[in-house]
Amino acid sequence: MSILAYNGGAMVAMKGENCVSIAADRRFGIQAQTLATNFEKIFEMGPHLYVGLPGLATDTQTVMEKLRFRKNLYELKENRPMAPKVFSAMLSHMLYEKRFGPFFVEPVVAGLEPKTYEPFICNMDLIGCINQPKDFVVGGTASAQLYGMCEALWEPNLGPDELFETTSQALINAFDRDAISGWGATVYIIEKDKITIKNLKTRMD
Amino acid sequence: MSSVLCPEIPSPGFSFENCHRNAMLEAKGLAMPKAQKTGTTIVGIIYKDGVILGADTRATEDTTVADKNCEKIHYLAPNMYCCGAGTAADTEMTTQMVASQLELHRLYTNRVARVATAKQILKQYLFRYQGYIGAALVLGGVDSTGPHLYSIHPHGSTDKLPYCTMGSGSLAAIAVFESRWKENMDEAEGIQLVRDAIAAGIFNDLGSGSNVDVCIIRKGSVDYKRTYDEANKKGEKQNSYKYAKGTTAVLTTKVVDIEEVAVRSIDLERMDTA
Repeated sequence: MSILAYNGGAMVAMKGENCVSIAADRRFGIQAQTLATNFEKIFEMGPHLYVGLPGLATDTQTVMEKLRFRKNLYELKENRPMAPKVFSAMLSHMLYEKRFGPFFVEPVVAGLEPKTYEPFICNMDLIGCINQPKDFVVGGTASAQLYGMCEALWEPNLGPDELFETTSQALINAFDRDAISGWGATVYIIEKDKITIKNLKTRMD
Repeated sequence: MSSVLCPEIPSPGFSFENCHRNAMLEAKGLAMPKAQKTGTTIVGIIYKDGVILGADTRATEDTTVADKNCEKIHYLAPNMYCCGAGTAADTEMTTQMVASQLELHRLYTNRVARVATAKQILKQYLFRYQGYIGAALVLGGVDSTGPHLYSIHPHGSTDKLPYCTMGSGSLAAIAVFESRWKENMDEAEGIQLVRDAIAAGIFNDLGSGSNVDVCIIRKGSVDYKRTYDEANKKGEKQNSYKYAKGTTAVLTTKVVDIEEVAVRSIDLERMDTA
């Protein structure tokens, strides 16, 4: 088994019309043993910026703390929030520095660009290669299932409500076919004037 | 002494902090994950007025297509571009680093950087890492000494050739060049040959796919044709599979309002020099 599949987890982010979504399951387990069903893998990094870190849970938290530290220093120095593009570049270089001894996370970044409020999504492999498609990104142990779900459900110009439904159903139906992710889910819908955070009712087996 | 308030200046280069831990995890029988590869077809030719580079746009993670339209022709300098195959992060980061070195070199010397300079920086860097940085490159550009095309292997060896191919689709692509390349081709003929070589990779190599990107570098001008040819058009979706609003069962909802940050512009005030 891969180290990336030690704790399990599924993650997805999608672009919509003037909005983006990012969602993840809430399971924390050690291989097949579930230990908690309230584990957060998505973190706020600014008013319109969220990062998801699926992978090895210890690295999820370490990388999040390193990112928060660097992001805070940037905000103190620059007196402005970090743009998603800048944040992704920082994260990418942070991961690539550990090219020969990596952190076992495959990050997903979702947010709105400052000023233009243009949707931004990207994901990376564990050594920081950025992938920036125009539709959706996935990560975690259910990524194969998520690719299938998203490819079928996603369409351009989804409004916030449609985007929520599409993201949630893509995630739920994907992780129901993955034994080591699921047990509840959190969905963030990021819009210009508000963030909507929803906890979903899912199968608990 | 290091603290949060006065952090030590981190040492440059790669960090090996996690290596011990990762080796321990591997010894416990947990497999190392695979990084994203660009199992690729990349090519380059020299033609009458310069160099033409070509690449497919598929990135794979094991057998999964991770990116259907990624950019493999990287910018190095205004007169130089570089195609990358192999470990995606390595080709991306190596070319980014060399691009910044070349820009500094250009500013320092006040001259257009030579392709041979870029080749030397790249090969010395790759040789230093003994092939562990998995970047296979096709470097092309035009400088004061004319058009140049190099292929650079992950271990640091280089070839200077009039036409070359790299990546998993290199055999399919070189077959096209070997049968059709000739000296002093005109631009349209050259572009068509490059397109056909990439298409051979796209259709015959499983690691390559999607679209054809082409970059034409002439003396003093560059034409970067991103998605020159959409070799694989996706069928139109016949139906919408949208779920009706309210399908998903929600346990809790929290709405966080973001207040608009008031920005007040201050009129420019002239400095009092009286």
